[in-house]
Amino acid sequence: MIEILYLLAAVTFIVGLRQLGGPRTARNGNRVAALGMLLALVITLVAEDIINWGTVVAGLAVGGVIGAWFALRVQMTSMPQMVAAFNGFGGAASALVAAVAVVEFGLADIAPETSITLLLSTVIGAVTFTGSFIAFGKLQGILPGRPLVFPGQRLVNGALAIGLVGVAIWAAISGEVAGYWVVAGIGLVVGVMAVIPIGGADMPVVISLLNSFSGLAAAAAGFAIESNALIIGGALVGAAGLILTVQMTEAMNRSLANVLFAGFGTEGGGAVGEMIDKPVNRATADDVAIALAYAESVMIVPGYGLAVAQAQHAVRKLADALEESGVEVHYAIHPVAGRMPGHMNVLLAEADVPYEQLLDLEQADPQFPETDVVLILGANDVVNPSARDDSSSPIYGMPILNVDHAARVIVVKRSLSPGFAGIDNPLFYDDKTLMYFTDAKAGIEEAHSALKTL
Amino acid sequence: MSILVIGITVFVLAAFVGFEVISKVPPTLHTPLMSGANAISGITIIGAITAAGLGATPLAQVLGFLAVVTATINVVGGFLVTDRMLEMFKSRGERDKR
Repeated sequence: MIEILYLLAAVTFIVGLRQLGGPRTARNGNRVAALGMLLALVITLVAEDIINWGTVVAGLAVGGVIGAWFALRVQMTSMPQMVAAFNGFGGAASALVAAVAVVEFGLADIAPETSITLLLSTVIGAVTFTGSFIAFGKLQGILPGRPLVFPGQRLVNGALAIGLVGVAIWAAISGEVAGYWVVAGIGLVVGVMAVIPIGGADMPVVISLLNSFSGLAAAAAGFAIESNALIIGGALVGAAGLILTVQMTEAMNRSLANVLFAGFGTEGGGAVGEMIDKPVNRATADDVAIALAYAESVMIVPGYGLAVAQAQHAVRKLADALEESGVEVHYAIHPVAGRMPGHMNVLLAEADVPYEQLLDLEQADPQFPETDVVLILGANDVVNPSARDDSSSPIYGMPILNVDHAARVIVVKRSLSPGFAGIDNPLFYDDKTLMYFTDAKAGIEEAHSALKTL
Repeated sequence: MSILVIGITVFVLAAFVGFEVISKVPPTLHTPLMSGANAISGITIIGAITAAGLGATPLAQVLGFLAVVTATINVVGGFLVTDRMLEMFKSRGERDKR
């Protein structure tokens, strides 16, 4: 009976994940999965022989308050690092579950496969824990976003990997608990070492992969304590996280190995692009307002600059004003715009932009030749024509939004500085492009004011 | 069949279900989906409760307590934050109703 109820919880996870994949059903899907989690929690509290009720209840209360406090207070722009932090806690939990089992029962008197799954759960959980918090630190600006590299890094990492496997095998065979703690310690260090050489802009991929890891850690813990609900839940998340990770790297036209090990922008990458020495067309708020007011169709292309400037509400107000005067407005969202796939969608949704107005890469592309004005807000690499035209460009081959096919392009950007990839953008020097140098939010608000006076 | 083999069977089948369920998701929903999947990985909370409930030594009790705390943060925070994100996804009709 208990097992059937756990199975029911696992089924809600499958149904929930499926519903999370559609815009209309997503919210319901999240609730279905949450309900399943509550069911699993209640069954566990009822069915397990709990001796230390105080510890369990106190843990639930403390964790619940902390989790809710952060979840309700976090800004939408900080969502990627929030997900990273929660993910880190999940990894820590799986590692701690294994640690309790080892402290209680040791490694010597248990089945070999149980030792292996306990060690796996610990290592994957520990890597997830420290890796996620390094990712959190990079996105939150506590740690420098640039890749941190030092001489001999690969040697150190190789030694760590060999040491980890060696000590783990020794601990599993000898049953020495001390070996277990060494494995856990190396796991924590590996998580740090694996993420520090990766640039801040690649953190979404890292978080997604670590999300997959936290699922695997949970599944390993499920093997150790013989719980099918844990195995199913963990495997689902492991697979889902992996798919999302691969989809993200595909959108950047890079392989996962390239993201994880290449240290993008470290091996002279920042200096690859030659700066173009050509004048740009500088625009004022009035120029922007006039161009927008006399357009029939406007496509807004948001990027990370929009998130940094918290400009989503200002954009929606400007779009509303344009629509009232009969201009057709859409948003073209590149799959990797912002700091996480879907990051822009979440921000624009926060500002009440209906999702029908949001076009993805495939939907937006055929529209550009018929678009009068493209308004680019804090995006750079995802609209760089070199990715299409210049085979020597480091981002050559990355699918881009072909904004240069539109009649007119307006770029709102703080300066001419290159984007994350460190390469110049010929779009900025195009004759049809107007450069409006300002913060995204201030720029939009000023253009909106100018629009009212026309 | 040994428990291990059953476990592996369950794992492999569940992983395939995970691949199938996720593979056709629009990029719009990537962030909430990642967040929701992350909350589901908090299922380790049932392991945490089991572990915390049986711990006899002080060290096991402390580790068990931390396991429950971290797992609960993951579950409660994960589902709540996902709901907050999805609350904002509205179609034109729903938006005008407000």
